[in-house]
Amino acid sequence: MAEKKWMPRWFYQLASPRWCYGITGKLLPIFAPLALALLLGGTVWALLFAPADYQQGNSFRIIYIHVPSAILAQSCYMLMAIAGAIGLIWKMKVADMVAKSCAPIGASMALLALATGAIWGKPTWGSWWVWDARLTSMLILLFLYFGIMALHAAIEDATTAAQSTAVLALVGLVNIPIIKYSVEWWNTLHQPATFKLTERPAMPAEMWVPLLVMVLGFYCFFAVTLMLRLRHEILGRERRSGWVRELVEQR
Amino acid sequence: MSEMATNKPATQDRRRPGTFRAALKRDLLLAFRNRRDLVNPLVFFLMVATLFPLGVSPEPTFLAELAPGLVWVAALLATLLSMDSLFRADYEDGTLEQALLSPQPLILVVLARVTAHWVMTGLPLTLMAPLLGLMLFLPSEGMPGLMLSLLLGTPTLSLIGAIGAALTVGLRKGGMLISLLVLPLYIPVLIFGSGAVQAAVTGLPLAGYLALLGAMLALGLVLAPLAIAAALRISVSG
Amino acid sequence: MAEALLKVEKLFCERDDRILFDGLSFEVHAGEVLQIEGQNGSGKTTLLRILSGLSRNFEGDIAWRGEPLDEAMQDFRASLLYFGHQPGVKATLTPEENLNWYAALHPDIDVDGIADALSRVGLAGYEDVPCHNLSAGQHRRVSLARLYLSRAPLWILDEPFTAIDKKGVAEKEQLILNHAARGGAVVLTTHHELTLAGLRRINLDDRAGTS
Repeated sequence: MAEKKWMPRWFYQLASPRWCYGITGKLLPIFAPLALALLLGGTVWALLFAPADYQQGNSFRIIYIHVPSAILAQSCYMLMAIAGAIGLIWKMKVADMVAKSCAPIGASMALLALATGAIWGKPTWGSWWVWDARLTSMLILLFLYFGIMALHAAIEDATTAAQSTAVLALVGLVNIPIIKYSVEWWNTLHQPATFKLTERPAMPAEMWVPLLVMVLGFYCFFAVTLMLRLRHEILGRERRSGWVRELVEQR
Repeated sequence: MSEMATNKPATQDRRRPGTFRAALKRDLLLAFRNRRDLVNPLVFFLMVATLFPLGVSPEPTFLAELAPGLVWVAALLATLLSMDSLFRADYEDGTLEQALLSPQPLILVVLARVTAHWVMTGLPLTLMAPLLGLMLFLPSEGMPGLMLSLLLGTPTLSLIGAIGAALTVGLRKGGMLISLLVLPLYIPVLIFGSGAVQAAVTGLPLAGYLALLGAMLALGLVLAPLAIAAALRISVSG
Repeated sequence: MAEALLKVEKLFCERDDRILFDGLSFEVHAGEVLQIEGQNGSGKTTLLRILSGLSRNFEGDIAWRGEPLDEAMQDFRASLLYFGHQPGVKATLTPEENLNWYAALHPDIDVDGIADALSRVGLAGYEDVPCHNLSAGQHRRVSLARLYLSRAPLWILDEPFTAIDKKGVAEKEQLILNHAARGGAVVLTTHHELTLAGLRRINLDDRAGTS
């Protein structure tokens, strides 16, 4: 269409489920070993070689899972909302599928962040749950994911479901900064937690380099799971198109 | 071709109200004709507030400490309860379709609907709040804060809730789903609303809280009608 | 021939994994009456909802007066009268209040004509009776009164004759003919045998894809 000429070519290629299926097929063999190597290397480094914290001892090591999963839960929401917006504006099916695939991954990451936060809380605070600002924000983020998944599940028509969840994700995106700010403010008003899981004064390099490796590893892992889910989604939705049939017959 | 095919709007009739006013008038009239339904959220509000002394403790100092949050949570739940029916009747009898097909801006129709909803739920809840405050032993210094925070906060609740109502209007099992979609988005309003009441009780200045509630309302007034209108078009399209 | 009011190209629509129509193309010109035919479930209502801009779950192009529908939405909505599956009448409001509200949504309607329109559909004397006291047929007639009020050139009517008596049907048929004669266009579905001169038909039964 004439009015969309300013968009680069790859944008249209992305819009084609078939092209997307092909390119993710080529990217997967790169990202999968990369994710595995980074995660394995990072874990070994973090658990065996990184120094223990002078206050918290070894229990602090859980941040090597907690922080990456928390970061990922948030970036995943961003990606989901942006993909949803692209799907809404340009009616791009692949963007809808990316958004749909993001939700369960993001939710599990938020859950992982909450679980690791709770496990860390037991030896540090003496209880499994503390109404710490970051944990509370993460809990609300998890609720937002639940809402999106519930809405998607409730609507039968795939297109309508994608569009509705995109609107909800965008509303959530506008709200996330407000929620974060309000929760932080609420937290300082009530009981400032003495220990913070993440905000620590000047972490030495031996500690944060493995953290960085883990974050990168999580991102690669995220890319792998997203691509796998996306390919599954593409095959499901395009099952009646010619190229999927050919693909199945080749097997 | 006759005048049929040229669709210039007829010369504006002076007696004709604007779209927003006409839609608001209709929605208020509808609410007035169904006025028996209007009491329900208020009764619910009262009942929720009764549950806490019964379920926790009737001890005055204890309740007084909880009161700001309790009244706000009760108001929030009462608003939420009334949300499901916001667009449902219009969807079922086809008037929503007609509104979507109008050349007039849908956001005006939507804004009128939300305004009517607030006048019928948020405003009465605000007016009734001091009664709940008394029941829960909220110190009298807290009352102005309670009323003002509800006055500024409940319209935001109506606006956000309407997004959930618009997204679920085409679904048979809307009620529970709306709560899942909307409750997380209500949290900032709850925090600043009950914060305002607590500040009022302890004699701290209120202006900051009210400014934040006002800012959220302003943001909601600008953005929520867009989201509601988009959500309605999507829901009706499906 | 003058430019088509509505031009539909290669329309494709599937619902619940069933293709309703594929490669459906047609034009609607001023002065035409087009009847959409097909069995129950063949997608008549879906097609009308797509044509009216209500439903966007389709592939293909729809143009209004030569412009893509998405871009000409404002002009299109001002030119459309849609009579849907549900009559769009509020049961708690009176017929007059219902039409007043409709007039507020469509600024080209003359509010002074409302009483006249109601009497033409046989609802004179019912202006102030809440619609829930009226029968189903009367509900639909409240909505049909819009046909006498509207100046929109394009009418999209989904089963307008349901629950209307014989005399009423004859009147509405005449109304549709007059509308076409004045340069309007009508797209409709109905189970009634229409006896309109110059009626064009599109049957959806053989449009479904092979899947």
